[in-house]
Amino acid sequence: MANPLKCDLCDKPATVHLTQIVSNKVHKVDLCEACAQAKGVTDPSGFSLSDLLLKASLNPEVAPGAMRCESCGFTQADFKKHGRFGCPACYDAFKGMLEPMLDGMHKGTKHTGKIPQAALARQTLHERLSKLELDLSDAIKSERYEDAARTRDEISQVKQATHQSPPR
Amino acid sequence: MTIASLIASPSELTDAASNKTAIVLMTRIRLARNLATQPFPGWAKPAQRSRIAEICTAAVAAAAPLKRSLNVAVDQLGELEKQILVERHLISRELSGSKQGSSVIISKDQTVSVMVNEEDHLRIQVLRAGFQLKKTWNVINELDTALEASLDYAFSPTLGYLTACPTNLGTGMRASAMMHLPALVISSQMEKVVRAVNQLGMVVRGLFGEGSDASGSIFQISNQTTLGESEEEILKRLTSVLQSIIEHELNAREKLLEADAGKLFDKIGRAYGIMQNSHLLNSSEAMNLLSLIRLGIDLGVFPDANRSTIDRLFIEAQPGHLQHAQKGEFDPAQRDLLRAAHLRSEFANFVRPDFSLINSNGKN
Ligand SMILES: [Zn+2]
Ligand SMILES: [Zn+2]
Repeated sequence: MANPLKCDLCDKPATVHLTQIVSNKVHKVDLCEACAQAKGVTDPSGFSLSDLLLKASLNPEVAPGAMRCESCGFTQADFKKHGRFGCPACYDAFKGMLEPMLDGMHKGTKHTGKIPQAALARQTLHERLSKLELDLSDAIKSERYEDAARTRDEISQVKQATHQSPPR
Repeated sequence: MTIASLIASPSELTDAASNKTAIVLMTRIRLARNLATQPFPGWAKPAQRSRIAEICTAAVAAAAPLKRSLNVAVDQLGELEKQILVERHLISRELSGSKQGSSVIISKDQTVSVMVNEEDHLRIQVLRAGFQLKKTWNVINELDTALEASLDYAFSPTLGYLTACPTNLGTGMRASAMMHLPALVISSQMEKVVRAVNQLGMVVRGLFGEGSDASGSIFQISNQTTLGESEEEILKRLTSVLQSIIEHELNAREKLLEADAGKLFDKIGRAYGIMQNSHLLNSSEAMNLLSLIRLGIDLGVFPDANRSTIDRLFIEAQPGHLQHAQKGEFDPAQRDLLRAAHLRSEFANFVRPDFSLINSNGKN
């Protein structure tokens, strides 16, 4: 005999079984009476499957705190509790659990929309500058003065370029 | 601009009502955006929240569409003021309940609003009366690009705009239309429509009341997913779903008139009678009656010019607006009295229904 299905949100026996097709993907959610009521599942107009799927996809137990974001201190247990991340860097820290979750949640797993051109250009310049500054201090430390002079020129060129094309 | 003068001026929704807004009352697009180097609002410490608010509000207030706007911290607003902004769709319920460090910037014409430190650092919203997805997208896209010139957005080439909740990843865009669908409700087809729309990756919600309550037969249809498709693709899909819902609603109206016009006229006529004579109206009943009058306008029973009055009343009959007009706070029973009194006076001189004018094909 198979075990009776458990509710995806709590551990009570599930009595409500939903199959819904979202973006050509079949999703199954099993709920107990109480959770079905609380989520408005019984009322078709108020019911959003995405919230449920989010919670349900987190259900496979993971050792709490197994992953942690170095930038903001957010843990996997925090995510399970809030359903939200702590900071943008969390998306790197929790990469492993993200893929399967996004696959069930969205139409695809790769962004194909708008790109913030200006912000990205600024970021690239920033990264280039900090790398050059690192090179410069290395060159000075190891007394490679010719390299240092060249790097210094490059830095002022990059800085000038930033000033010549200020953000719109 | 002050909150008082904003409340005193009509919102986009009540002002621009015309026969173009017959079935789609309003189009709305919101974008979720975050700063690259700050924790999301829900995880940020108070000092960080203040810093985020400072950076964001400075950038937003400098953007062209938000010059001379209302720029106010949420904790500076009274309960009633917040409720009014929620009822006008200018802020979310979540923002109205948020703690220190949250604020909102609202344009003078109330078509653009930016929430700061809601679930994400920025929730940019543009709304337009009627079915105007393209125009709304052009406005919000331009504003977003202008903000990005001074704000460093959290963005990943593979995941798109990074948001606090992974359900908003990618475009961070939620586009929606508010639709008046009385014939689909009367003919019990809404459940079928909701199911079909869900299968197409769109979400349907009742607009008035909490969550699922669909009083007034007004529904909000929006995209469910945000990652894996471009903004244009999402809008294109939503547009075709909306067009097909409009078709279904018009067909349902035609069928109602064919099958039993007397029954439909009776509903509209009674709604008019109750509006003129009732002394107790709860919010849900008022919304349903207004919906029937609005259907009457679409069918030609009342003149087209009255649609803007009804759309204004949809908003004025809600608790926040009702109490603000009476300059006080009232319990629900008192509100039902006030609501009925307000609608009675509005309908005292409202033109009588003329069922001989009905448009035989049910299409406006
Ligand atoms: Zn349960
Ligand atoms: Zn983090």
